[in-house]
Amino acid sequence: MPSSLSSGGREVVFVDGCRLPFQQSGTGYADLMAYDMGRMTLKGLLSRNDLDPDGVDRVVLGSVVQDVETSNVAREAALGAGIPKHVPAFTVTMACISSNQALTSGAELIAGGQADVVIAGGTETLSAPPIRLQPKVQRRLFQARKAKTLGDYLDLLKGLGLGDLLPEAPSIAEFSTGEVMGESADKLAAMFDVSREAQDEYALRSHEKAAEAREEGFLEEELVPASVPPDFDPITEDNGIREDTSMDKLSGLSPSFVKPYGTVSPGNSSPLTDGASAALVMSAEAAEERGYAPQATLRAYTYVAQDPGEELLLGPAYAMPQVLDAADLGVDDIDVFELHEAFAGQVLAVLRACASEAFANEHRDGADPMGEIPMDKLNTWGGSLSLGHPFGATGTRLVTTAAHRLHTEDGRFALVSACAAGGQGHALLLERA
Amino acid sequence: MPALNSDELRLETSNDGIATVWLDQPEQSVNTLAPSTLDALDDATDAINATPDIRAAVFISAKPDGFVAGADLDALRHFDGPEDAAELSRTAHRALRKVRASDKPSVAAIHGPALGGGCEVALACDYRIATNRPETRFALPEVQLGLLPGGGGTQLLPRLVGLQQALPIILTGKNVYAEPARKMGLVDALIHRPGLHRAAEEAARRLADGDVEPDRDKSFTDKAIESNTLSRRFVYRQARKQIQQETRGNYPAPPRALECVRTGLEDGLDAGSRLESRYFGELAFTPESQALVDLFFLKQEHDKNPLHGQARDVETVAVLGAGGLMGAGIAEVSAHSAGRDVLLKDQSLEVAAQGRKTIWEDLSKKIGKGTTAFERDVVMERARPVPGYDDLADADLVIEAVPEDLDVKHTVLRETEEVISDDCVIASNTSGIPITDIAGGLERPENVVGMHYFSPVPSMPLLEVVRGGASSDEAVATATQVGLDQGKTVITVEDGPGFYTTRILSLYMNEALLLLEAGAEVKQVDEIMEDFGFPMGPYELFDLVGLRTAAKITDVMGSYIDDGHLGEEREARLSDAASTLAQAGLTGQKGEGFYEYDGRDTDGVNEEVYAFFGGPEREELARQIVEERLSMMMCAEAVRCLEEGILESAEDGDLGAVFGLGFPPSRGGPFRHLDRMGLENAVTRLKRLENQHGPRFAGPSLLAEKADAGDAFRKE
Repeated sequence: MPSSLSSGGREVVFVDGCRLPFQQSGTGYADLMAYDMGRMTLKGLLSRNDLDPDGVDRVVLGSVVQDVETSNVAREAALGAGIPKHVPAFTVTMACISSNQALTSGAELIAGGQADVVIAGGTETLSAPPIRLQPKVQRRLFQARKAKTLGDYLDLLKGLGLGDLLPEAPSIAEFSTGEVMGESADKLAAMFDVSREAQDEYALRSHEKAAEAREEGFLEEELVPASVPPDFDPITEDNGIREDTSMDKLSGLSPSFVKPYGTVSPGNSSPLTDGASAALVMSAEAAEERGYAPQATLRAYTYVAQDPGEELLLGPAYAMPQVLDAADLGVDDIDVFELHEAFAGQVLAVLRACASEAFANEHRDGADPMGEIPMDKLNTWGGSLSLGHPFGATGTRLVTTAAHRLHTEDGRFALVSACAAGGQGHALLLERA
Repeated sequence: MPALNSDELRLETSNDGIATVWLDQPEQSVNTLAPSTLDALDDATDAINATPDIRAAVFISAKPDGFVAGADLDALRHFDGPEDAAELSRTAHRALRKVRASDKPSVAAIHGPALGGGCEVALACDYRIATNRPETRFALPEVQLGLLPGGGGTQLLPRLVGLQQALPIILTGKNVYAEPARKMGLVDALIHRPGLHRAAEEAARRLADGDVEPDRDKSFTDKAIESNTLSRRFVYRQARKQIQQETRGNYPAPPRALECVRTGLEDGLDAGSRLESRYFGELAFTPESQALVDLFFLKQEHDKNPLHGQARDVETVAVLGAGGLMGAGIAEVSAHSAGRDVLLKDQSLEVAAQGRKTIWEDLSKKIGKGTTAFERDVVMERARPVPGYDDLADADLVIEAVPEDLDVKHTVLRETEEVISDDCVIASNTSGIPITDIAGGLERPENVVGMHYFSPVPSMPLLEVVRGGASSDEAVATATQVGLDQGKTVITVEDGPGFYTTRILSLYMNEALLLLEAGAEVKQVDEIMEDFGFPMGPYELFDLVGLRTAAKITDVMGSYIDDGHLGEEREARLSDAASTLAQAGLTGQKGEGFYEYDGRDTDGVNEEVYAFFGGPEREELARQIVEERLSMMMCAEAVRCLEEGILESAEDGDLGAVFGLGFPPSRGGPFRHLDRMGLENAVTRLKRLENQHGPRFAGPSLLAEKADAGDAFRKE
């Protein structure tokens, strides 16, 4: 059920948001922990808003691929950023919409009167996924804690083969269905008859838009430059944007998930990315008291969930109309659309579903179709395909960009939406403050 | 661009010259390969060949759930003779040869089952692309119907995937799922369901452009074995030996199919195809094939609930005695196939939990064969062990699988009845105690029915639903519906000691004990009955069931027979050997029985048992005597069940005996077997047996009546 934040509770405003420049995994942040990036982003947000950390009531971060050493990564990052030890912090996880969940959890604390000032965001490294030992070895290591003599240790090695010692890489497949996300995207694109060419064209557009936005300096406003040990060279730009790509280059790439006749290729998928983002949200009164000029007001949001086997990445097509209905708005009332681009095929499938009468009929109880999203209002500063997609950090990037675009493009309403593993989805409505 | 529309298919062509043949039989949910389909395919291929703009063709089904599910079996039943059937095979060869011979590349796009003729259409194309879905499968199941693949299957499959990979598919009719099919080269590429047509068009385009060369490399060892005549001869010999071992000569189809494969590979495609058509025609008119086709249709007719609309909703099934193998099996099919919540109850929570362990072990074996680990977990969470009767309050159906003792059953069912709702159906999985007797001790006898399962429940296809004297239609309908949902073939029978299946089986087993008393030898009798077509002989079955259980059943049956329940004049002689053996500590497979089990099946007869049957002196009995005493005892008793109204129809009797007891499928069941023997002949044989062995072989009067009238039990 969509929640309308303005009715009932206190009004929640988005004061500011920022992020580290996103870096393709294995590049700029290859040696960092998610905690490092989270810490740097929190510190950046505090500094640029001149915010007294003592006044923060809660820190909430989203994260997907967990590091067991920092399982509550929000707490470690907050302490590291100098947020006082008496400020509680928690971590949430909801696949690619983890930081959306962080933000709305924070908003609920404010609306419900539990907090006035919340920092919400997300952090993710995909450069160093946790590698696990095989269960057979794990069990023996556990038993080894009790081993005393050499004989005990030798006993533990009995029956172990060389192959058992190979570590297991984490699977990127959906747990309940065993399907890899790229396969789901490929399937979804086929379901909505989205051609390879259309996907490549959309991917190209994402890179072109991102390059333009960078050129114009639009992205600068949301970036907190990073510098990383040991050489501390400044990192000031996203490094996934390919201004030199072309239809020729994109169409030459082989499909990576469904071979040989699939349509999803590395060129039209979002790349593995490291990065972090954070947003400052407050109650309207608190912002006023402290002298902050909010960028936007959070109006309504929802979460949806579908069958992970059939519609893994179609969540936005369900979530967006719900939020529009709750706010009594139509597609035409929205000036800014920010959609997460997991795969070009997924975005185009969502767009087609939104416009489709058949889809609304079959899947939304015969409701009217939401309508066509005009391309000139959609992701005009690039998206996850070009900027990159650090799973846990993308949500706050979308909201931050949407708020900034409302001001730059002189709009009133922005609709943010994203899909996530598990067949889940999210949409959030912002109104320019 | 040409458009061709027939009842069977639509031909469409894309702007760049890729034709698509949409197979779409009218008013059918799945496509079959009827003679009219072959004609339509022939016309479509002509149209494709005659149109210069068409570069390549895709063959695909317009049905959502399947490619082509095999030949139209109904047509099989209406052939005039072998030549007529052979001609159909030749028509298929002609149509598919045209597809193969076309200069324009063809691509089969397959989702769902591609069976028999459907598989052969796919084989005739140059390239195959299939969906990566669990419902997608390839098979040549003709041998299971006593036939062989008559549309070129015996010729094209070995050429595509190699002799050794092809033989098991042709000779056993086994399924090949998407991923294994790709690995063995039966399909060239996989794709998800929504992308199938587009991918097939793309493949057709690339084939036409010469951009793709299918990878048909066989493994090195396969190549080495299959490239020379000598080693191929070895493969044929091994296959022949295995067929003989497994079918004992009861099924003519597999050796014929093997001969077609051999002829095709050694003497060429034309010779192989000619033989394939000839054998196809001949096999269609063998009694074995006719019996198997008949069973196929009987099973299909039993897929519906005859009391449709009267079943009560069942959300929760409770199983009493769920810790045992039988109870756990019932719980498993209720949670898995039927998707119900299941309460497991036994003497204690610990014992009930053992049932969950049994389910987990069985489901774990099925992972990767139609079930995933995740699905297993979901099913496991539906099965909940409970400590007390109070926990059964939510049950809509209670199935008891407690020991075969009327007092025990009454005790647990009375306690159960106190907590369950007035509408809850109570089913007993007794194998022989009359349901009326069980219901007699309870408050609401109208809710009580029999649900007689066969062990091991997850794999045995039959459920015998028993209507007790007081059972309501709703209760019977509910039990039947749950049984169907559990994936069982359900027959409904009237009440009586041993109902139908246990009654005919126990008299058969009893006769086996009497044979031993007459000096027969264990191994010899078992071999004879296996040759007759049973999956195992009677003594092996005693050991499998367990002698204690067998003794219990004899007790139950014996007391009723003594009471004259099976006819005043019968003086049936019941052997008490099962109980004597059990008391002597011989229990069957769990220890020792008629055979010795040293933890496993050793195949050695336990000579000690002869002490209970008149001493170690054994004599070899004539095959015909053994076969006749055992099979006629069972068949005559089946007739008596029909005569008394225990069975509703001879059809139910045939289905029940084959699916529940392993009566030889090639003989189609006891009634079909009698019909085939000739009823007058059957009367004569029983008369002779009665003269030699006493009144237990007295022929049922229904048999005599039918014989006199020149009638048969099964209407053709």
